Amino acid sequence: MSASAALTVSGLCRSYGDVRAVDGLSFQVEPGEVFALLGPNGAGKSTTVEILEGHRSRDTGTVEVLGHDPGASSAAFRDRIGIVLQEVGIERELTVREALVHYGACYSRRRPVDEVLELVGLHGLGDRRTHRLSGGQKRRIDLALGIIGDPDVLFLDEPTTGFDPSARRQAWEMVDGLRALGTTIVLTSHYMDEVQALADRVLVIAGGRAVAEGTPDELRGSMDRETAIRARFPLEADGTVDDLLGRLSGRATVRGGRLEVRTEQPTADLHRLTAWAMERKLELADLEVVRPTLEDVYLDLVGGDGEVDVGAGDHG
Amino acid sequence: MSELEIMADRPGRLPSPLGLLVHQIGYQNRVFRRVPISAFFTLAFPLMFLLLFAAISGDIFIGGGHEVSAAQFYVPGLAVFTAASATYTNIGISTAITRDEGILRRVRGTPLPRWVYLGGVVGSGVSIAAFGVLLMLVVGMIVYGVEVDLDRVLPAVITFVVGTASFAMLGLALAAVAPSGQSSPALAQATMLPMAFVSEVFFPLGDDPVRWLQVVGDVLPLKAFVEAFFTPFDPYHSGSGWEPALLLRMACWGVFGALVAARRFRWEPSVGSGRSRRSEAAGV
Repeated sequence: MSASAALTVSGLCRSYGDVRAVDGLSFQVEPGEVFALLGPNGAGKSTTVEILEGHRSRDTGTVEVLGHDPGASSAAFRDRIGIVLQEVGIERELTVREALVHYGACYSRRRPVDEVLELVGLHGLGDRRTHRLSGGQKRRIDLALGIIGDPDVLFLDEPTTGFDPSARRQAWEMVDGLRALGTTIVLTSHYMDEVQALADRVLVIAGGRAVAEGTPDELRGSMDRETAIRARFPLEADGTVDDLLGRLSGRATVRGGRLEVRTEQPTADLHRLTAWAMERKLELADLEVVRPTLEDVYLDLVGGDGEVDVGAGDHG
Repeated sequence: MSELEIMADRPGRLPSPLGLLVHQIGYQNRVFRRVPISAFFTLAFPLMFLLLFAAISGDIFIGGGHEVSAAQFYVPGLAVFTAASATYTNIGISTAITRDEGILRRVRGTPLPRWVYLGGVVGSGVSIAAFGVLLMLVVGMIVYGVEVDLDRVLPAVITFVVGTASFAMLGLALAAVAPSGQSSPALAQATMLPMAFVSEVFFPLGDDPVRWLQVVGDVLPLKAFVEAFFTPFDPYHSGSGWEPALLLRMACWGVFGALVAARRFRWEPSVGSGRSRRSEAAGV
């Protein structure tokens, strides 16, 4: 564990009643890094981030952000972080510029308002009342207020949920701009492509536990050697597949007449599969040989029942 | 960034709490001014009552040697009603609504100390109350012949300060116990209006009112405010204009309000307001 980490979490637990929302998470984030918590809804991402921000208490574990315990919630700590939460409001009657000046006033150091407006793409809208902004523009002002105090660590909780594709691209560009300025960023997302585009490092969590950690490329690489063979056969053949599974070199799953084989030897396993089918005079419908997408990797990791927005087409 | 740099807090000092408090009061006043409906109910509504009372009672002058306008008796009461509306009603409703809008959640993530935020809310309520009371008194003096005894200005000012501070605390308590922003106006009016009637803000209860009405009025804080503020304007009062027992009664209510607010105040939107965390609503 490096002493210079911007943020260190160790053995973090938080329960709501009987539900263990966060169940023993440990990770650290280096200065200047863009770190993503990826997982389905209810995985514990938001709870974790809220504990890091000082918005929520923890049951056990140690947390240190910029040398502070967020649980102590000191003004000196909040002076150095920026928070972009889901579901926060803003005074309807203030103009964009007034809101930035007003919230900026409580920080020891602040970015120039015009620079922030430029950075989040709200230049020219400074004199507009906030209730006349569109949904996407409101999210931008949330981001603007998150960075007005020139934070060392910025927390982004699902920054693009509900955005249309072009707004998401623009949001990603904003985050890239902040990365270039050296801001450490912790973001949560359930979009695989978002994490791939933005994050230097990813922690995949499900059911409050870490299931994988690494760069987006490493996560993909861990399964990159494998190819998937998929096929459908008549349900009544289900009982007879045991001898097939014994012959295959890869990991096979059968569910309701659907077969999937993950293998590093696709040629040999395909041959064994087709030979087996021909012996039984079975027609393998929808037979295909595919490379797994990153979504497949992710669904594998979180148990396949995660609510995910895969974005990149059909994978069933 | 080196290890020392990442751990060190900002060399620039945080803005002084006092400066922030002044800033917060100005900001809350600005938000108030931009919502015409709240300005109307807080400031114009009591003036409409003044107009109505004057029209009903006419230009009656009471008394033998020294004639006194009838407005001398109801203008101080209406001024107190304005002050209580600007603090209790206004603070209670607006704070509960800003909480449900997620504004308090945003504030909580900034380095602004929480007491400074709430101090801004209270300071703004008191300054709006001061504006409303002055407006009422000036209209009363110019149009309806209300007289102010300059020797008794200090007791009137101190009564105003103790009263508005206490009603501001009760306003924070109201926001703290209101289940949602939507229900807060109903709660505020359901407590304020009956209290105004038993406190003889609108008309006297008569020489021999029902006993329980009197007791309820004597226990609640508004009648103490009305009576203590009236004394400096009372043409038949011969003392210095101070009502220490009534001030104490108001202050007790203020302390009670502050205790309730301290125990129950929430910064997170209420569940079901549309801005509560899904995780909380789902219990996860």
